[in-house]
Amino acid sequence: MAKEANLDKKGNIWGGDRQPFGVSYGKQMMWFFLLSDALSFSGFLTAMGLYRFKYEDTWPVAENVFTHFPFMHGDAPLLFVALMTFILILSSVTMVMAVNAGHQMNKKGVIFWMGLTIIGGFMFLGSQAWEWYHFISGDKGAVQLENLDVMYLSDMDGKIMTLHELVEGKPGVHGEHYHFTTEEVRSAFASNNDVTIRTPGKTELTVERAEALKLMAKANVIQGANLTSNEYGHVLFADFFFFVTGFHGTHVFSGVLLNIIIFINVIIGTYEKRGHYEMIEKVGLYWHFVDLVWVFVFTFFYLV
Amino acid sequence: MAHSNLPSEHHESPEGTWWIWKVFIILLVVTTVEVVLGIIKPEILMGQFLGTSILNVIFILLTLLKAFYIVAEFMHLKFEKKNFMWTIALPMLILIPYLTFIVLSEGGYMGDFIREAIK
Repeated sequence: MAKEANLDKKGNIWGGDRQPFGVSYGKQMMWFFLLSDALSFSGFLTAMGLYRFKYEDTWPVAENVFTHFPFMHGDAPLLFVALMTFILILSSVTMVMAVNAGHQMNKKGVIFWMGLTIIGGFMFLGSQAWEWYHFISGDKGAVQLENLDVMYLSDMDGKIMTLHELVEGKPGVHGEHYHFTTEEVRSAFASNNDVTIRTPGKTELTVERAEALKLMAKANVIQGANLTSNEYGHVLFADFFFFVTGFHGTHVFSGVLLNIIIFINVIIGTYEKRGHYEMIEKVGLYWHFVDLVWVFVFTFFYLV
Repeated sequence: MAHSNLPSEHHESPEGTWWIWKVFIILLVVTTVEVVLGIIKPEILMGQFLGTSILNVIFILLTLLKAFYIVAEFMHLKFEKKNFMWTIALPMLILIPYLTFIVLSEGGYMGDFIREAIK
């Protein structure tokens, strides 16, 4: 029907009183906002790429950083973030189902699927808080040299050794947090001839034992990560992690708020009175965009 | 105000819900493949290609595949009128690869420069 109308006045499609793009004002503006937001996120991710290429030797390797999974002992890289991805994709699916129910003017269906989407959003935010908690509290522990380079302790072949393994001689319980003083680590390092230090990056350069002893005399223990120090490697990695996943998390949070507002509007019948459920499509676009950004964050923080 | 509440004139989308689950299965399978590859890191995929490992190139291609399905199907861009679809898609398809190319080239140069300086 819309097509026929366009053919009739083909010469006058931009002349007003019609939608040249075939989308309503609100939906079109949501798309333009998402376009600009996509460019913002690509700016952040490419900036991270620049520093990663610049500091290749000290840039952390994701599988040494994100190793925890709830109720599981031992290293489980990627599993938790895969779960988070699954939660977000699933909540995208429930959002499409809500939009679909809206097209059929099925109020109960919209309430059901929107409700599930909101629950999915909260589950994702909870998972992200858990992920941040473990990132901030630290895992293996490392040392920071006088020139501020962060180094892992390792055996002569470059296999990473945790502070607990060095000081206590055996691995600690995974997920427990231990604290060691610089003196403890320095003296344990001096008395164990099979230990050296290595760069945290994928190049895994180990330092000669004699050289390492000299460097260790002025090195400090570093545990956990924040905006100014980072046990996993270059501090910019932590900064980008907090900034990009935090910015994405803020998007998820505001998406959940928008979803809740629309959810309440659906319940009190605002869109039923209006005669269409297009508002669900608009917040749906935003929600899918959040999922889209996560797909890229997942790749560039955890996989590549 | 009443005018801005008008729904979109153009509407085309597949019937039923089967297509939603189809896209869901695709996204799920692609993510699973990525995670499995990320955990085992097969030795044959560690060769260098385009300045990074073949595995990383595969990861990026799979990511773009997922992005395509999310934007085209879930966000319905595939079903919008062609002029609107390209208005949204072209700036992203041109600007993002362009930005990535310049910024990463610069980063690679800076890295080489630092490694030379240390030697």
